[in-house]
Parts: sequence; C-alpha cells; structure tokens
Amino acid sequence: MHKLLTDNPGQKVLLLGNEAIARGAIEAGVAFASTYPGTPSSEISLNFFQIARESDLYFEYSTNEKVALEVAAAAANSGVRTMCVMKHVGLNVAADALMTLAYVGVKGGLVVLTADDPLMFSSQNEQDNRFYAKLSGLPMVEPSSVEEAKNLVPYAFDLSEKLQEPVLFRTTTRINHSTGTVTLGPIRERITRGDFKNDPLNLVPVPAVARKLHVRLLKNYDTARGLAEKSEYNFTTGKGPWGIICNGVSYNYVADAIQDLQIEDQVRVLRIGFSHPLPAALIKDFLQGSEKVLMVEEGEPYMEEAVKALAQEEGLTLPIKGKGEGLFSRLYEYNPAQVRQTIARYFGLAYTPATLPDLTDVPQVPQRPPTLCAGCSHRATFYEVRRAAEGMETIFPTDIGCYTLGLLPPLSAADFLICMGSSVGTSGGFSKVTNKKVIAFIGDSTFFHSGIPGLINGVFNNHEFTLVILDNGTTAMTGHQPHPGVDMQQLNLDGYGQVSIEAIVRAIGVPHITVVKPYKVQKSIAAIKEALQFKGVSVIISQETCTLYAKGLKLPQRKAFHVSAKCKDHRECIDTLACPAFYTWEDRVKIDPNLCTGCAVCAQICPENAILPVKSKKSVPA
Amino acid sequence: METKRLIIVAVGGQGNLLASSVLGEAALLAGVPIRMSEIHGMAQRGGVVESALVFGEAHSTIISDGEADVLVGFEPAETLRALNKCNAHTVVITNLAPLMPFTVNIGQGVYPDLDHLQKLIRKKTAKLIAFNAAALAQEAGNVLAVNMVLLGALIQTGVLPLTVDHVKEAMQRKTKKDFLDSNLKAFELGFAAAGQAV
Ligand code: SF4
Repeated sequence: MHKLLTDNPGQKVLLLGNEAIARGAIEAGVAFASTYPGTPSSEISLNFFQIARESDLYFEYSTNEKVALEVAAAAANSGVRTMCVMKHVGLNVAADALMTLAYVGVKGGLVVLTADDPLMFSSQNEQDNRFYAKLSGLPMVEPSSVEEAKNLVPYAFDLSEKLQEPVLFRTTTRINHSTGTVTLGPIRERITRGDFKNDPLNLVPVPAVARKLHVRLLKNYDTARGLAEKSEYNFTTGKGPWGIICNGVSYNYVADAIQDLQIEDQVRVLRIGFSHPLPAALIKDFLQGSEKVLMVEEGEPYMEEAVKALAQEEGLTLPIKGKGEGLFSRLYEYNPAQVRQTIARYFGLAYTPATLPDLTDVPQVPQRPPTLCAGCSHRATFYEVRRAAEGMETIFPTDIGCYTLGLLPPLSAADFLICMGSSVGTSGGFSKVTNKKVIAFIGDSTFFHSGIPGLINGVFNNHEFTLVILDNGTTAMTGHQPHPGVDMQQLNLDGYGQVSIEAIVRAIGVPHITVVKPYKVQKSIAAIKEALQFKGVSVIISQETCTLYAKGLKLPQRKAFHVSAKCKDHRECIDTLACPAFYTWEDRVKIDPNLCTGCAVCAQICPENAILPVKSKKSVPA
Repeated sequence: METKRLIIVAVGGQGNLLASSVLGEAALLAGVPIRMSEIHGMAQRGGVVESALVFGEAHSTIISDGEADVLVGFEPAETLRALNKCNAHTVVITNLAPLMPFTVNIGQGVYPDLDHLQKLIRKKTAKLIAFNAAALAQEAGNVLAVNMVLLGALIQTGVLPLTVDHVKEAMQRKTKKDFLDSNLKAFELGFAAAGQAV
C-alpha cells in the first residue's frame, strides 16, 4: 500500500513537504486531482499519480495548467473534492481560468496549489503569487512548516466549501522540499461521483450574470475576512512592546531568532497563515499594542503595504518597516542569520553575528553546473543543428526543459527564452524583423503544453523559421512524467490515448516536415540542412528516448564505447560534444564506461574513427 | 536540547538523500526533533546536492553561512566549496576520493590539490576527518556505500544526539535489504576510520 494511504491516526512519520501536502489532501477526502508538473511542486502530483493506481482517486497529468484547472473546475462544480497543483508560473497559464472561476465558484471543495520558488532554484522568475489572491479576490492560505502544511489542506477544503469558491494554497520551495515530522490524521472517505446541476444563470458568466457574480465574490470576500480574523492559522505569540508580523517560512526564522536573542519578553509575533483577505481587525489590534513593528515576509511587500494602510486608517503613526535599506530585500529567500541580524538591528539589540571563515586564500573551486546527461539525445541534436547551420548567422529561441541546459558552451544552443512555449512564438517575431536564420528548440511536453498555438500562428502569418521539436518521449526535466505523446502501455497503464506530434504538425499545415533520429549524425545533419534552406515554416522532429528515462524503463542498453589507440588527440569529441562520460587521464581522452550509454555520437564525429565499442561489457545490442 | 546543525554536500548520485533519510529516521527513533531541507534541483544531471539537517528544538530547516556544527562532504572539492557554512568550531568530515567536475575535464578550472585542501579546512575549522570513503565502501563490498561510510564517521564524532543503535535500526528500515549487510559494514569501517583520524 502507498505510504500516504496508511490509516493509522496518531502515528508520527517523517514526510517531505510535498508528501505531507498530498497526505493532507488524502485526509481531506480529495477524490479528483490534476496538474501540469513543475518544480518545486512535482512530488505532490507524483504521489497522487501513484495513489491513483491503487485506489479510486482520479488523477491526471493535464496538457497544461489552464487545462488542469478547467478539468478541476468541472469536477468541483459537480460536488467532488478536487485539488489542482502547479508551480508559481503555472498559475500564469491558468490565470484566465482562475479569474472567472472566482466568479462562478465551486460546489465541492477546490484547492489550487501554487508552489513559489524564491531564489529560483529551478524557475525562470521568483514572482510572488500572493498577488493572485488579491487579483482574483480568492482566499489564500500559507503554511510555515511541513507539519502545518498537512493540516492546512483539510482546512483549505472546508474553507472552499464554506465559501463555495476555490482556495489558493501557496507554498515556497522550503516548504515543498523540507522534511519534518507529521502526525497522521484520520482519512475522510473519498466521494468520487458527483452531479452537475444545470444552472446557467449562475454558471455562465455572460455580462448580466457576471455583474451579479462579482457582487457575490465581494460578499464572499467579506465573509472570508471574518473567517481570517478568527482563524487558528492567524495567531499571536509572545509579549512585549515590539511587534513582528510574518508568514510562511519566515515565521520559523523569526521564532528561532527570538529564542537566540532572548527577547521572548520584548516582542510579540503575529503569524499570518490565512493571508487573503488579511485579518484587518486582528492586525489593527496588534498595531495598537505595539510601539514598533517589523514585517518579515519573503518576496514582495504584500503584507507590509496592507499593514501600513491599516495603520493609516487607525491614525497610527508607529514605525512599520520591512523592505528597505539595511532591512529586508525583495530578492531571493531569507535565512535564519539574516532574519536574526535584521531583528537585532531594527530593535537596537546588541548582537554579534557568527564569524564567517576567512575564505580569501581558498582557491576557486571549479564549477559543477548541471549538464545534459551522458548520451542525452539533445546533445546530438544541438551538435547536428550547429553543424547544419555552419556559416549562417543564427538566433536560437529555446524553451523550458532539460534542453535549456544547451545554453552552455560548447553546445551554445539557446539565445532567448521567456516562458513555456515561447520558442515558437518569439521565432515568428525574430524572423519578421531580423535577417538572421531563426532556429527554435522545444521539447515534446512543452510543445503540447503551449507550443501549438505559436506554430499555427507561424503558418498563418507566413513566418520564416525552423522549429526543432526535441521528442524524447517524456517530460524529462521534472522527473519523467507522461504527456499526451507518451505510449502509456510502456508504463503498463491502460485506458489512455496517444497523440502524435507529427500528425499535429501535418494537420497544422507546416509545409516542410522532417523526422530525424539524432543518433544518426550524418543523416540528421543532411536532413536538417535541407530544412534550414526552406523558405517558410519548417519543422524537424528529432526522436530519441531520453536516456535516463530509458534506463528507468529498463529498455535494452547499448554497448559502451572506449577511446582506442587510434586516437590522435584532436579532442574534437570532448570539445564539441562535452559529454560528461568523457574525462582526461594523463592527458588522453577517456570514456567512463559506467556513464557511457553507447549512443555512438562521438564515434561518428571522431576524424580518426578511434572511438569503438567496448568488447567485454555484456550488453544487448540495440 | 541543544540544537545541532549538519550540512551534507554531495554530487548527484552519491546517495546524499538516502543518508539524510537514515539520519531523519534515526532522529525519529531517538525522539530527537528533526527538520531538514534539500536542494536537489538537477541532481540527476550531475549538479551539487546540499542537505541541511537541524536536530533539536529549532524551527528553521535551513542553515546560514558560518552556522553549521558539522559539515559532511561526499566529495573533496564540494567540501571545500561548502566551507562558507563553517566556523572555527565546526567539525568537518570529508571523503578524499574526487569526482572530477566536467568543467575540469574540458579544461575550464583546476581541481584543488588535496593536501592543500585539507590544510585549508584544518586551519579554518575545529577538526577535519578526511579519508578515502570510496575505498572503504569498496572494502565493504558496495561501491555505492560511500554515504554509509561517512554516516559511520559522522556518528563517531558524537556531535549529533544519535547513537549507533538508532542509526543501525534506521538503516534497517530505510535501505534495501540486499545491501543491508554491506551498508552496515561500510558504516563500521567509516566509524573506525574516524576513530583513527588525528
Ligand atoms: S534526463 Fe533525459 S532529457 Fe534530461 S538531460 Fe538526461 S537524458 Fe537528456
């Protein structure tokens, strides 16, 4: 049985934040869940995916976050408890659905989880999604710890059903990827079948209906504020004349700092866990009792601005500070020492920070950036495209996936990126205003997610670019989740369809389509050359299974290669491919047989044909 | 209970997350409050994995610069890179078997000299325990058990409020049955190696 289905209330277990959230949903009786994978939220849905295989929970990987939210909205409007999971930028994609779903509301509980990523450990920006609560008018809750995250999910479901609208559940990476002790609670029964009652005058927001629904949303907002005022997740601790208002993981750093600085008797803390609508009366009351207040919140001054406005309403003039010179930054994530030091400075406490080691005499440690796996087919495709485009001035719009790592030299195959699917759309723009050859890269999952409209646009508006679809049969970057192009039989899963990328591209009417096998170097280069010559939109579909995924599926392995005595040390292989299976030893190029996957790409580019298969290693030829 | 802060740094694939999960389980068995966090962005693609483990009553799950009580490095250059987490009282344990960063292989950057590296760490911290954990893992019959060797060394230092029994019990629960014997052996060898270190 899946460990998150353990029906043993009271048992203490160590869980990753994302597991705790999934467990919270199971305890809340969630019966329907949807997602598009995105770090740091991915393990939540991975657990749902696994649980759905052995229970009546319905779970799907949807094509993108907007579709995921639409699917979820329907389930919740049929009375089924539903969770929709995404990373912070995913909510941008789903925002269109969210804004009006806020008007239309739900019947069964709907919790929309958004995982923010301060410091951008694995994201392209660090937007603060608390503003989506403000923008949509929907309630938002935010846990401070793994333990609390689990308990807050059932709370969010109850809240959603009470208010008959979706509730936003915001985490940050340090919740998702922290581990803590959690006490299991009872599991509420899953009710998987619902009923949809036709009620167009409340559920179809034509202007006349929407005007009425907006009134209801604002009324709900007032009700929600009342609930926030009394919520156990907005609480005050400590005593004394100073005040600190904080949320999320910042609360932990504040709590530790107060202990370390021994100011338990001087400062009160207001921890906000139900952060939209903010509990105005509670905050005003807190301000009344304080001489001086410090705001500790990662990201934007979301609470700070609101708290200052509330002080103004009350005619209070006490100092309230958070972001600013010598205090906190809007950048990146916070840490315990920084919070401790800032509290000490703001309240004028004597404090000597830990002495950091003097590192001036430590030599520069060579970087260890993440790189495409040994044998990754993207490396082969990048190499071939660069060869085919030799002599051309190029722009390489890229997209979001492992292949974004093609940015680094020697592959240097990424020039522009904004968001999922942007490779295709931006290609059209570049092709219209520059004289350079535009060659875009997009992965298979990202193509399904949001690459298709850009391609249609390119064909319709007669743009001129070559789109390379890197089809490796999985959503590799986030942990090999399936997507609509995947053959689910490979995972022993029945009941799925399969959508062909090539058929889509043909149906769109792309005039020049080529399918290449990137491990066949010369053939691929020739085919890509031809596609690059085409005037108009051309598409190259480069098909080869992700090697890491293939390993996981236990597909037959190819023989590893080695560098034979024929090597004349040109270093063509290592210098142009930079495959991590290469290393140098006593000034000779070697291949690590444990890393080599036998893709044979280097063997095909070696001018001396010096790279040969290893004879001894037992393996099945592919 | 005094709070103890441990940082573990490793290269993706070295079994850092399993080591943390064993320590977490051991803490649970010992009734020691434990919180941890990890950054494993693209571990599978050869990046660095860093785990922070906080034992005791603290709320935070991350550890600021200069505030680790113990640093365990699964790879010597990564240990050096994480020196900013240490202070003059920190105990450092490092494997001495290098895993060349790919950047070095393609001629970007120079791998630090291992003797110099040890001298530097020794000078800036309270204690350095350095040995070839890969060789001991091999001796234990499981080249992948570098993590368990280093766990043994870590427990030997006595910095953490965990006993050998707690950790062994946690290993039973968290590691694969087929590898349990070699893992336990690896743990013992690491424990002994740390005992001999000066
Ligand atoms: S996970 Fe797959 S797609 Fe990603 S770098 Fe590795 S082989 Fe390439």
